[in-house]
Amino acid sequence: MKAITKQKIVFSILKVMSFMVIAILFLIIGFIFIKGIGVINWGFISKMPEEGMLKGGILPAIVGTLCLIGGSMLFAFPIGVCSGIYINEFLKDGPLKRFMRLMTDNLAGIPSIVFGLFGMALFVNKLKFGDSILAGSLTLGILALPVIIRTTEEALRSVDDLHRQASYALGASKLYTIKKVVLPIALPNIITGLILAIGRVSGETAPILFTVAAYFLPKLPHSLFEQAMALPYHLYVLATSGTDIEKAKPMAFGTALILITIVLICNLLANLIRAKFKKK
Amino acid sequence: MFKKLSQKVQVGVLAICSLATSITVILIIIFLFSEGISFLGMKPTEEGYVLAVNTKNNLNSISPELCKKVFDQEVDNWSQLGEKDMPIELVNSDQIATLYSEEAIGSEMEYLDTCYNDYVSKHVGVFAVMPKNYVTSKFKGRVVEVQENSIASFVRGREWFPTAKPIAQFGILPLLMGTLIVSLGAILIALPLGLACAIYMSEIAKKRRRKIMKPLVELLAGIPSVVYGFFGLIVIVPLIQTLFHLDVGETALAGSIILGIMALPTIITISEDALRNVPNAMREASLAMGATKWQTIYKVVIPYASSGITTATVLGIGRAIGETMAVLMVTGNAANVTLNYLKPVRTIPATIAAELGEAPSGGIHFKALFALGCILFLITMSINLYVNFVSKRRGVK
Amino acid sequence: MIQIKNVNFYYKDFHALTDITMQIPDKAVTAFIGPSGCGKSTLLRLINRMNDLIDGTRLTGNILVEGQDIYDKKVEVEELRKKVGMVFQKPNPFPKSIFENVAYGLRVQGMKNETEIKDRVEDAIKKAALWSEVERILNNNATNLSGGQQQRLCIARCLAVEPHVILMDEPASALDPISTAKIEELVLDLKSKYTIVIVTHNMQQALRISDHTAFFYLGELVEYNTTHDIFHNPAQEKTKNYVTGQFG
Repeated sequence: MKAITKQKIVFSILKVMSFMVIAILFLIIGFIFIKGIGVINWGFISKMPEEGMLKGGILPAIVGTLCLIGGSMLFAFPIGVCSGIYINEFLKDGPLKRFMRLMTDNLAGIPSIVFGLFGMALFVNKLKFGDSILAGSLTLGILALPVIIRTTEEALRSVDDLHRQASYALGASKLYTIKKVVLPIALPNIITGLILAIGRVSGETAPILFTVAAYFLPKLPHSLFEQAMALPYHLYVLATSGTDIEKAKPMAFGTALILITIVLICNLLANLIRAKFKKK
Repeated sequence: MFKKLSQKVQVGVLAICSLATSITVILIIIFLFSEGISFLGMKPTEEGYVLAVNTKNNLNSISPELCKKVFDQEVDNWSQLGEKDMPIELVNSDQIATLYSEEAIGSEMEYLDTCYNDYVSKHVGVFAVMPKNYVTSKFKGRVVEVQENSIASFVRGREWFPTAKPIAQFGILPLLMGTLIVSLGAILIALPLGLACAIYMSEIAKKRRRKIMKPLVELLAGIPSVVYGFFGLIVIVPLIQTLFHLDVGETALAGSIILGIMALPTIITISEDALRNVPNAMREASLAMGATKWQTIYKVVIPYASSGITTATVLGIGRAIGETMAVLMVTGNAANVTLNYLKPVRTIPATIAAELGEAPSGGIHFKALFALGCILFLITMSINLYVNFVSKRRGVK
Repeated sequence: MIQIKNVNFYYKDFHALTDITMQIPDKAVTAFIGPSGCGKSTLLRLINRMNDLIDGTRLTGNILVEGQDIYDKKVEVEELRKKVGMVFQKPNPFPKSIFENVAYGLRVQGMKNETEIKDRVEDAIKKAALWSEVERILNNNATNLSGGQQQRLCIARCLAVEPHVILMDEPASALDPISTAKIEELVLDLKSKYTIVIVTHNMQQALRISDHTAFFYLGELVEYNTTHDIFHNPAQEKTKNYVTGQFG
């Protein structure tokens, strides 16, 4: 066979396979959108679950997830950003910096269920927080740390050294330069990291299984030491272990749609910010 | 003066924060392994019960696995345990109660210990399960030790049945097999698709199309695993059930398909990076000699990027091995030692997720699940270190 | 003979080449000179259609190699490139063995006979004046060779395909003087058999090795003549200023 004919065949196969990948994405999102959109209304997102979670809404799960997002980010964002700054701006290239990066990579590679085990052993049992929003937030927070550290580092690295030198040349200290020159330039990209981390945290189930998630708790949380429902766990419950799985399907589709929407918005937002500030 | 101090404090705070990941990894190791290792050395017998035999019997200790076989009557002769040829006579409280008259036992079973004592001393072939407090100085039988959990029994045990009574079974083999075949299947699905997509995006597609595809692939990575699991449960599982005429569609195959989809973004992103890092000079050199684009891709570009593609594959496998929720929802969770993709299997992460809620904190089951966590941690950690090692070596070049 | 007729070339909105018309003779060395960004490399890359690889380019006019319009739809670009080989500015051997580098073009053409491949590889390396240096290490990785050796290996790789035309894009600019001298010697050696077009920013080099020289400036062909006349008797003021080093 002529090489060029072969190329044509191979390229069309590759093209079809690539489109299959994209088609899978649209299939999953489209399927959940079509099945779930009918369930979504104001009542669905503003009411308590009723009749064994077969009716009513998913308000406590939404609120629970928001609490977990807030709690985990409150903990992980400042620490992650500070860590990124220190590693990128203060550490010299060498074994220590490599070790720090390796640890961050390692943490990122640990399966989420192991975070669940760890969160249970440390926060729930050892520190006696019990199954609580606090324990769940901390567990999700450490899971999100690597995402934030990496994007912060990348954001700082992409700041041109010329800006730093200009500031030093005017007699500014390192810390001042970072605060007044480097961080403002890197901020949009750091925010991208925050948004991506939120997307990640809002969908994680395994780490919250044993640290916070409640099977059914038709009230809104009042303190950090209470259990809470959460969207991903609620979806899991509805799909696998509700009172009547068949009847719970519409509720499950609705929950999945809300969950996917959060993730979609986070991704879209992150891409928009990235695109907008790349041009400048 | 004050300014200097405040600066030092601020830098100090940054430095402490930067230790967060290292400290966390160390804490994870400490907590995981302290629970996990204490599993070894515990005895898998039901709390408060012992095994006893006739004094003429030489049996001193028995492994949990053999013990289970005795109770399941797969082993029913003492010769199979290295003793004299005679049938094994299994007794527990219920059987004692039927063997002795009501007067002998007492109206509130207060003389059950005497009956046990009597029965065990008279029957040479007996193998009794009895409450621990019946073993007093008057007891005329001999207590058989159940061997402690060891790494060998953990890794080689073919049965995972943590709630089995009176001897719980903690053989990790079926879980390990389940994890491996599901992950292997996943990578067999994800690698061709992912590599094709990476090649298309990096080498063939126009810039504009690539710009559209890239965020879509990232989005695929963003979908929560529980949503994948839900999708798998609603779409893939019934599909497999009807396609292969199975009783249940929750199979290793369903897990592999879902995990394959989930591993796609990892494989695509990393191998695309590797392909794009191939210097253009390599492509030009090949094309200038009259090679077609495809010849250039598979003779020059792919070999050049091969270590990056390997990294992508390894990380994809790592992602699949550690994935929990989606697998938990679609694989059926039966701890089978099988290579059949159309059978339900149970993976290590899914086991932890499914059982930790029911395992009493601090008990042997609880610790066994932490031991599983340790194994998972070791697998993923070695994958990370390997990838780090490989990419560092490539960096030096 | 390579005929270039009224060629205009655009990168998106940028008019890179304006109305170039020239004829490049067979079995001789033709040098393209001019300040950077003048379009000399662009024109060179048009001759084996390497610019096809860049998005957003547009070409008008015709380029004929051996009487065939190479931008004609019927022409297969792979066949053209087998006839018109190219050596690049930076040596770019594949990270394969020395032998496999040179054999690459032959394998791409579908040659299967190993003895024939071996003969052709040896022949090409000899023509590139590299044989004595690599004879014993044919299976070593090509990237371990020195820069000058790598570039001669790239020339050997190009020769193995038996092209009629060799395009050289500043082939010595990344090399030390001794390696440069070897490359220049090789070019002079090869011109009895091949049509060679060489882009160079080094005017002394053009003077030493080329028979004809074309001077480009801002995308236009200012002057094209024998090398002797361009350097000693330029017709244009700009050419004179350039070759005497007054700008560039």
